[in-house]
Amino acid sequence: MKRLIMGLLAASAMTASAYAADINPAIIYDLGGKFDKSFNESAFNGAEKFKQETGISYREFEIQNDAQREQALRKFAEDGNDPIVMAGFSWAAALEKVAAEFPDTHFAIIDMVVDAPNVRSVVYKEHEGSYLVGIMAAMKSDSKKVGFVGGMDIPLIRKFGCGYVGGAKSAGATEVIQNMTGDTPAAWNDPTKGGEIAKSQIAQGADVIYAAAGGTGIGVLQAAADEGKYGIGVDSNQNGLQPGHVLTSMLKRVDVAVYNAFMDSKEGKFSNGINVLGLKEGGVDYAMDDNNKDLVTDDMMKAVEDAKAKIIAGDIQVHDYMSDESCPY
Amino acid sequence: MDWHLYLGLNVLDSTIRISVPLLLACLAGLYSERSGVFDIGLEGKMLAGAFAGAAAASSFGSAWIGLFFAILVSVGFALVHGFASITARGNQIVSGVAINFIAAGGAVILGQAWFKQGGRTPSLVGDERFSVVTLPFADSLGGVPLLGPVYRELVSGHYILVYFAFLMVPVTWWVLFRTRFGLRLRAVGENPAAVDTAGISVTFLRYRAVMITGILCGFSGAYLSVAQNAGFVKDMTAGKGFIALAALIFAKWRPVNAMFACLLFGYLEALGISLQGKPLPVIGTVPVQFMQALPYILTVILLAGFIGKAIPPRAGGVPYVKER
Repeated sequence: MKRLIMGLLAASAMTASAYAADINPAIIYDLGGKFDKSFNESAFNGAEKFKQETGISYREFEIQNDAQREQALRKFAEDGNDPIVMAGFSWAAALEKVAAEFPDTHFAIIDMVVDAPNVRSVVYKEHEGSYLVGIMAAMKSDSKKVGFVGGMDIPLIRKFGCGYVGGAKSAGATEVIQNMTGDTPAAWNDPTKGGEIAKSQIAQGADVIYAAAGGTGIGVLQAAADEGKYGIGVDSNQNGLQPGHVLTSMLKRVDVAVYNAFMDSKEGKFSNGINVLGLKEGGVDYAMDDNNKDLVTDDMMKAVEDAKAKIIAGDIQVHDYMSDESCPY
Repeated sequence: MDWHLYLGLNVLDSTIRISVPLLLACLAGLYSERSGVFDIGLEGKMLAGAFAGAAAASSFGSAWIGLFFAILVSVGFALVHGFASITARGNQIVSGVAINFIAAGGAVILGQAWFKQGGRTPSLVGDERFSVVTLPFADSLGGVPLLGPVYRELVSGHYILVYFAFLMVPVTWWVLFRTRFGLRLRAVGENPAAVDTAGISVTFLRYRAVMITGILCGFSGAYLSVAQNAGFVKDMTAGKGFIALAALIFAKWRPVNAMFACLLFGYLEALGISLQGKPLPVIGTVPVQFMQALPYILTVILLAGFIGKAIPPRAGGVPYVKER
C-alpha cells in the first residue's frame, strides 16, 4: 500500500513537472541508431542542445526494425508527446497514418515531405552544400578529375551528385566520375564495395572523391586515404575519420531542424508545411576544423565563401535534381 | 572500344581483391559440405569473424591478434552449428539461418556496448591493420615490358591474406584428394554408414570439417575488416557468404573450380564498377541497375547452360543416425 501511494505521488509529481514545462517533446531515430556518427547522431545533438538550453527533457526511441515504426509513433502520440520529431525519410508511410489519427498533435519529419495539416516537413537543399564541396574538390584536384560515390541509387542521392558536379565544373574540373554503390538498402553499408569503387575511380585519374553513401562512405574515405588521395565526407563532420585525407565534409544540419521544431513548439509558433533548409537558413554547410585546415588553401576558402554568398543572394542557382530528374551540368 | 575498362590491370587487380573473401568462404564451405554438413551460415561466421577481428585488432593494437580472435569466434560459431547439426541432429538449414541472424545482431549490440559508435568499431590505423606485401624485385622488374607491370601491380602489393587464400587452393586439393583424412572426409559426405562400418567416427570427422570451415571463415572475415577495410561496419559482408555458396555449387564442390568461380564472380563485380556509366559498344550507356545485376544474370545463364549438373555430396544435409 505504501509503495502504491509512493508510486501515485511520483506519478503525479511527474505529470506536474510535465505541465510546468509546458511541452513534452519526443524524437524517434531511424534505423542506424542515435550514435551513427552521421544523420541520427546529428538529430540527437539538436535535441540535447534544446535540453541544455531550456532544461526541458525529451523522450526518445531507437527503432530496431521497420515494423516498429507505426507502433512507436502511435505510442508517443497516445502518451501526449508534442511535438514528435522523426529523423529519416522512411517514416513517411507511418506518419501519414498516425498524423491523421492525432490531428491535435504536431509532428515533424526530416528529409521527406508528408502532406498533412499537422506535419512540418523539413527538407534540405543538399545540392547547395554539394556545390560548395564540388568547388573545393575541383580546386584541390591536380588531374582536374574528381569522383562521386553515391549509396543507393535514389533521386535524393543523385541530387547530391548533381550539385557536386555543378560546383566542380564551375571551378575547372574537366570530368566528374560518378558511381552508385547499388540499388538496394544494402548499398548504405558496403564499405568494401565503396573502397573498390573509390580505387577504380582513382585508377581512372580521380584524386578527390565525394562519398554520399552512409556507412559505405567509410570505405570510400579509407581507400582514398590509403591511396594518398582525398575524400569528402557527408551529413556530419567526418573530417576526423582520416585526418589529413578528408578535404571537408558536406554538413547537413539535422540538429538545426530538431532544435527548431522543439524550440518553435515551446514558444508556441510551431508552423506546419514544408520547411526547406538551404545555405541561407544554415541547413547545409561545409566543415572546417583542425583536421583539414592545412588542406584548404586561402584561395579555396575565398572561392567557396564567394560562391556561398552568391547562392545565398540568389546570384547562383544550383540545379535541384529532384525538381526535374535531370542534371544539366 | 577501350580495352582498359575490361581487362586493364586495375580491373584485374580489383578482381583479386574482391575474390579473396569469396574464395576463403567458398573453400570453408567446401570442407563442411564435403563432409555432409550443409552450411548456409558462412555469411554469419564471416560477419562474426569480421567483427571480432576488428574489435580485437583495435583493442590490442595488432592485426595478428585480430586475426586470431576472428578465427576463434568463427570457430565458436562453427561448433555451435556442428553441435546443432551433428550431435543434436537438427535441421542444418535452420541452424545456419540462426547463426546468420545471431552474428548480424550480436555484432551490432556488442559493438555499440563496447565502442559506442553505432555498432562500428574504431578505424584501424598502423599496426592494427594488415599492410600490403611488396614482393621482392617488384620495383626493379617493373620496367620489363608486359610482364613487369603485371608482376608489380597484379602479383605484388596485396595483403598477406590474399596469398594465403590462393595458397589454400592447392592445399585444399591435396588434403581432399591425397590424404587419408581427405578420403574419409569425402566418404563421410557420400556414405557415412560405410565410414562408420570401417570403425571411423562419423561425428569426430564431421566436427573436424566444420572446425576447418570456422577457421577459413575467420580468415575471410578478418580479411574484410582488418585488411581490405579498416574496421567493422554493420552487415559489411553484404551477402558475400551466399555468393560463396553459389560459387561452391558452381564449382561442383571442387577446390580449383572454386577458385575460378570466385575469380569469375570477382571479375564481374569489378567489371560492373569499371563499366558503370560508361557507354558500351553497340548498346550505348546501360543503366546502373543492369551493371549491378550482371553477375547474377551471368550466374543463372552459366548454371543453366554451361556447367552441367551440379551434384551435391549424397549425404549432405542429412544427420547421421547409427542404426540400433
